[in-house]
Amino acid sequence: MVDLGQININNVTKTFVNVNGDITRALTNISLDIKPGSFVSFIGPSGCGKSTLLRLIAGLIKPDSGELILDGNEIGDAGYDRGLVFQNPTLFPWLNVYDNIAFGLRARKIYKENKSLVDEYIDLVGLKGFEKNYPHQLSGGMAQRAAIARALVGHPKVLLMDESLGALDAFTRMNMQDEILKIWKEKSMTVVMVTHDVDEAIYLSDKIVVMSPRPAKIEEIIDVRLSRPRARNNPEFLRLRSEILKVLDFAGHEEEPNYYI
Amino acid sequence: MNNMKKEVDKLVLWLPFIFGVLSVLIDILIPTAQSQSNIDFNYYLFISVIVTVLALILALYSVFNKNAAKRYKDKAPFFAGVIIFVSIINIITGKLALLPVIYFPSNSRVIGAIVEDRILILKCLLYSARLLFVGFLGGTLAGIVTGVGIGFNEKISYWLSPVIRFLGPIPATAWIPLVLICFPSTVSASCFLIGLSVWFPVNVMTSSGIRNIANSMFEVSSTLGANVIYKVFKVGIPAAMPSIFLGIFNGSSSAFVTLMTAEMMGAKYGIGWYVNWEKEMMSYANVYGGLIIIATVFSLLVTLLFKVRDRVLVWQKGMIKW
Repeated sequence: MVDLGQININNVTKTFVNVNGDITRALTNISLDIKPGSFVSFIGPSGCGKSTLLRLIAGLIKPDSGELILDGNEIGDAGYDRGLVFQNPTLFPWLNVYDNIAFGLRARKIYKENKSLVDEYIDLVGLKGFEKNYPHQLSGGMAQRAAIARALVGHPKVLLMDESLGALDAFTRMNMQDEILKIWKEKSMTVVMVTHDVDEAIYLSDKIVVMSPRPAKIEEIIDVRLSRPRARNNPEFLRLRSEILKVLDFAGHEEEPNYYI
Repeated sequence: MNNMKKEVDKLVLWLPFIFGVLSVLIDILIPTAQSQSNIDFNYYLFISVIVTVLALILALYSVFNKNAAKRYKDKAPFFAGVIIFVSIINIITGKLALLPVIYFPSNSRVIGAIVEDRILILKCLLYSARLLFVGFLGGTLAGIVTGVGIGFNEKISYWLSPVIRFLGPIPATAWIPLVLICFPSTVSASCFLIGLSVWFPVNVMTSSGIRNIANSMFEVSSTLGANVIYKVFKVGIPAAMPSIFLGIFNGSSSAFVTLMTAEMMGAKYGIGWYVNWEKEMMSYANVYGGLIIIATVFSLLVTLLFKVRDRVLVWQKGMIKW
C-alpha cells in the first residue's frame, strides 16, 4: 500500500506567456523525487513556482520540457489518482455536502458499489449530521473538511493541497493540521502541500522543499526528523524554523537592538 | 395605549368585510345609469356578495385561530383596498356613467361578458396555450443548447456569437413578414416567433452564465475523474442555472408580447385574437373581460415559473435574496 504515490520530477521547465506577450519563467529545470507515502511541503515567497509545480503534478497544466512521473507512468491530464484541494473549498454550491463528496464516485460510475465510502469519509472529517447542508450553510473550516473528504473519497495516490488551510483562522487551522495528519496516517498516501506558513510546514512534513523566485528554483530540501505528534516549541522545531527563515532570507538582523521596549 | 393598538389590530381583520358590505349596499341602493344597457343578471352584485361572505368567514376564522389571524392581518388592508377600488369603478361607470359608456361598461357587464362568452374564451385559451407551450418550450431548449455550445466551445462561439449579437436584438415580431412566407401555416409561424423571442434571452443568459463559472470548479471536477460530458451536464449547466432562469424570465415576458402580436395576424382563435376581434366589434365589455383573463392566466404562469425556479434552485435559499 505504501509503495504507491511515488513522484519523480525530471528537469521540468514551464513558462507562461501573458496577453501582452511577456514571458514569465515559472519553473526552470526543476528536478525532485518524492517518496511514496511521504508528506512534502513546498514553501517560498509568491512567484517561486510552488503552485505551478503543484498544478503540473495535478495535470492541470503541461510542462514545456522535462517529465513528471507518478509510479512509473508519465502524468497526463488531471485524474482521480491525484486529489486536489484549493485554498477556497470550491464546493459545488448546488450540491449538498453528501452529494459533493459523492461527486467523484458518481463521475466515475462507481458510486453504487462504494456508497459506504461516502459515509466513511463524512465521518472521518467530522461532518456527520451535516450531510444535507448546502455549502453556503457551512463555516469555512467545515467547507474545507468537505473539500478534503471529496478529494480523498476516491482513494487518490496523492493528495495535493494548494494552501488549503490558508484561508482559515489560526485555531481552526491548527485543528485541521492535526486532522490531516490523522487522515494521512490512516490512509497512507503521498501528500504534497503548498504553504506560506513555516510552522505549518514543519509541523506536518517529512520534507520541506524551500523555493526561491526569480529565477524560480529549489533552494534547499530540509528533512524534518521529528517524531509525531510534534511540539511547536521543541528546540529542534525552533532550529528548523530559523533555518528555513534564513534560507528564505526572512531571518532578520542578528545584532542586538539599540533599545528594548 | 397598548389596548388601543390591539383594538386597531382587531379592526384590521374586519376591514374587507366592512367594505364588502358597503360596496354591496352601494350597488343595491344607487340605481344603475340608464345608459348602461340592462343585463338579465347582476353578476357584479352576485360576486360582491360572495366576496363579502368570504371576508366574513376569514374574519371569524381569524378570531379563533391565532396563526390565521397573523397571516390574514398582513393581507386584509390590501383586500379591502381592492374592494374599495372596484367599488369606485362601479360608481364611476355603472352608477353615474361619468365616462363614455361604450368604452367603459359597468363591472356587471364585464363580468357578464366573461360568463356568457366562457366557451369561446376557453377555446381561445386552449389555442393560445398550444402556441405558447410549443413556442416557449422549443425556444427555451434551443436557447439552452446554443448557450451551452457557445459557453463551452470556442469554435461555436467564434461563428455564432457575432451572428447572435447582430440578429438577436431584432424583436421577434419584426420577422413576421419573412416568417409568414417561410412557414406553411400561421400556427407554425406563430410558434416559431414565440420560440424566437424566448430563445434569444435564454441563449445569452446561458452562455454568459457558463462563462462566469470559476475555472477552479472545472479543475476540481477534472481531478475527481469527471469527463467533458459529465462536466457539461453536472457542473456547467447546474452552475449556470440561476442565470438560465433569468433568461427564461426575460423570455417569458417577450413570449407573452409575441403571442399577443402573433395572434393578431390572421389567427382563427386565441386570447389575443379575441381581444382584438371584440375591439373591432366595439364590444368593450368583452375586451375588458379578455384582458382580465389574460392578466389572470399570465400571472398564474409567472407564479408557476417562480415555483419551478424555487424548486430547482433550492440550494440558493438563504444565499441570495429572492
